[in-house]
Amino acid sequence: MSEQNGKLLSVTDLRTYFQTEDGVVKAVDGISFELEKGETLGIVGESGSGKSVANLSIMRLIPEPPGKIVSGDILFDGVDVRGLPLEKVRDMRGKRMAMIFQDPMTSLNPFLKISTQLMEVTQLHLGHNKEQAYKHAIDMLRTVGIPAPEKRIDNYPHEFSGGMRQRVMIAMALSCEPELLIADEPTTALDVTIQAQILELIKDLRNDFGTSVILITHDLGVVAGMTDKIIVMYAGKVFEKAPTRELFKNPANPYTKGLLKSVPDPAHEEGTPLYQIPGLPPDVAHLPPGCPFEERCERAEDICKNEFPPFVQINENHHSLCHFAKEVYAESTGGGE
Amino acid sequence: MLQFIFKRLIVIIPMALVVVTVTWGLIRTAPGNFYSTEKKLPPAIEKNIKEKYGLDKPWYVQYGKLMGNIIRLDFGDSLKYEGQSVNEIIWRHLPYSATIGFLAYLVALLIGLTAGIIAALRQNSAFDYSSMALSMLGLSVPNFVLGPILVLIFALWLFWLPPARWGGVSSVVMPVITLAAVYAAYIARLTRAGMLEVLRSDYIRTARAKGLDEKTVLLKHALRGGIIPVVSFTGPALASLLAGTVVVERVFAIPGLGNIFIQSVLNRDEPLILGIVAFLSILVMIFNLIVDISYGYLDPRIRYE
Repeated sequence: MSEQNGKLLSVTDLRTYFQTEDGVVKAVDGISFELEKGETLGIVGESGSGKSVANLSIMRLIPEPPGKIVSGDILFDGVDVRGLPLEKVRDMRGKRMAMIFQDPMTSLNPFLKISTQLMEVTQLHLGHNKEQAYKHAIDMLRTVGIPAPEKRIDNYPHEFSGGMRQRVMIAMALSCEPELLIADEPTTALDVTIQAQILELIKDLRNDFGTSVILITHDLGVVAGMTDKIIVMYAGKVFEKAPTRELFKNPANPYTKGLLKSVPDPAHEEGTPLYQIPGLPPDVAHLPPGCPFEERCERAEDICKNEFPPFVQINENHHSLCHFAKEVYAESTGGGE
Repeated sequence: MLQFIFKRLIVIIPMALVVVTVTWGLIRTAPGNFYSTEKKLPPAIEKNIKEKYGLDKPWYVQYGKLMGNIIRLDFGDSLKYEGQSVNEIIWRHLPYSATIGFLAYLVALLIGLTAGIIAALRQNSAFDYSSMALSMLGLSVPNFVLGPILVLIFALWLFWLPPARWGGVSSVVMPVITLAAVYAAYIARLTRAGMLEVLRSDYIRTARAKGLDEKTVLLKHALRGGIIPVVSFTGPALASLLAGTVVVERVFAIPGLGNIFIQSVLNRDEPLILGIVAFLSILVMIFNLIVDISYGYLDPRIRYE
């Protein structure tokens, strides 16, 4: 309602570990961020950087065991989600915070009609009776742009295309008008043409419903157009945190710079190979004592190998996890790139 | 759907004929026959017997006659039990096997599904480990071992149950348990594996993300997909259970179909063997059809035309 009311979500020093035969996997290791009401946050990172686990932790959807939120605070609208009993968390899931997932082909229950899957959310959280829920479900399908929703509502998921299924997922997630929508790589499994449509849809609905959004992706192009701020994750840690414009213009972390350079640019000269960050993300079960990005970093020095980098504050909203954050930032601003 | 069922029912006829043909061929290629004894029969008597049963005719005439009879579901008279038709014998012995088999089926489903679901929900718990160990035992101990052990304990030591023979509820208990053990063990393992796979799937995560409680997630979202492997197993299992299990009927001296089947083979009672084989194969095919139909109800992605 009131946007000046401030913070919707604040995550402080969140650590989610998984117990495996290979040792403790520190999937998320001390991340912090805040989300204002109505704001959109992008979380960017390679596979295995912990971005999905971080958000599943917020929803308390980490399978326990083997996973466990070891420490940290998750405050959702002043409520301590981490300390809440599971029944209370369930009251919030789907109603105040909702999630859409990467693969719409497997995220809908193949055995149940779309109507059943849509209706159960509002029946549970809004106390709808069957008719109300059915009508609401049709309205939601219309809202997300499914043609002839009265006819499609009783279909099964396999009767929809991938893009349409993701629309159904979005309809389901938004049917109780949640304050927070977490979109976990919502376009990764879709065709490029459909990707733009779905992003456009999320953007429109965010504006209509006034929902705060966390958009998880590994595609910088996706977050550029619709987020207010971005955090870049690597090996379970926040590597850089900045407002979107600032991050794209003046990155202060070599990893972010590498990611930005890897984005295909249509204006780029033909024939020159696309840049890629060498190597692979490290095994988060066996991290070196120094900077986890050291092995792949172009400007790594001895200190990077031995000492964990500090989280340097560049300016009020801009932070970077690097021994040379200030230097990298200076290069970005001075280089005029 | 009706058309699909009709087509499948039609196919049963030639399939059953093939099964009977193969069985007939096996009986005929095996040395010996129903009248052969240790003593050699005088040629005149042998000739008489052959004439009486039409065995003097060329094989294709005999085969043709057999097929003609079978299509009319008439298997003729038993060679051993004179004056009794094969159909009569089957219908007389079937109820014993069917009773025990059906009860064993229910017991196996009840125990197997319950144990499997709980084990899946509490994966790696004490219940999971102990029930899976027990099911391994159930799978590995053959019923001709389990049966006598039960008899030893409950009939000979504790005097709780009669050791054998048919009569009253108490006589059914041990055969049913002996018969159900393997099936319960197998169903428990299938259920556990099926449920574990489904519980890990994305759509269960979606269901939880919607705020549904665990009971709804399990019963409404997970169970259907989880028990599909069980369904495909239980169809043929029910067929073989109803038709009688040779070993258990032997151990507990139950006059069921399995027992009579063994007798017919030992007696080289050709019409009876063929009758029982045809009956069992039709039973298996019908239950497979029922399984296929129930798939369609469980999984909307499967549609028949």
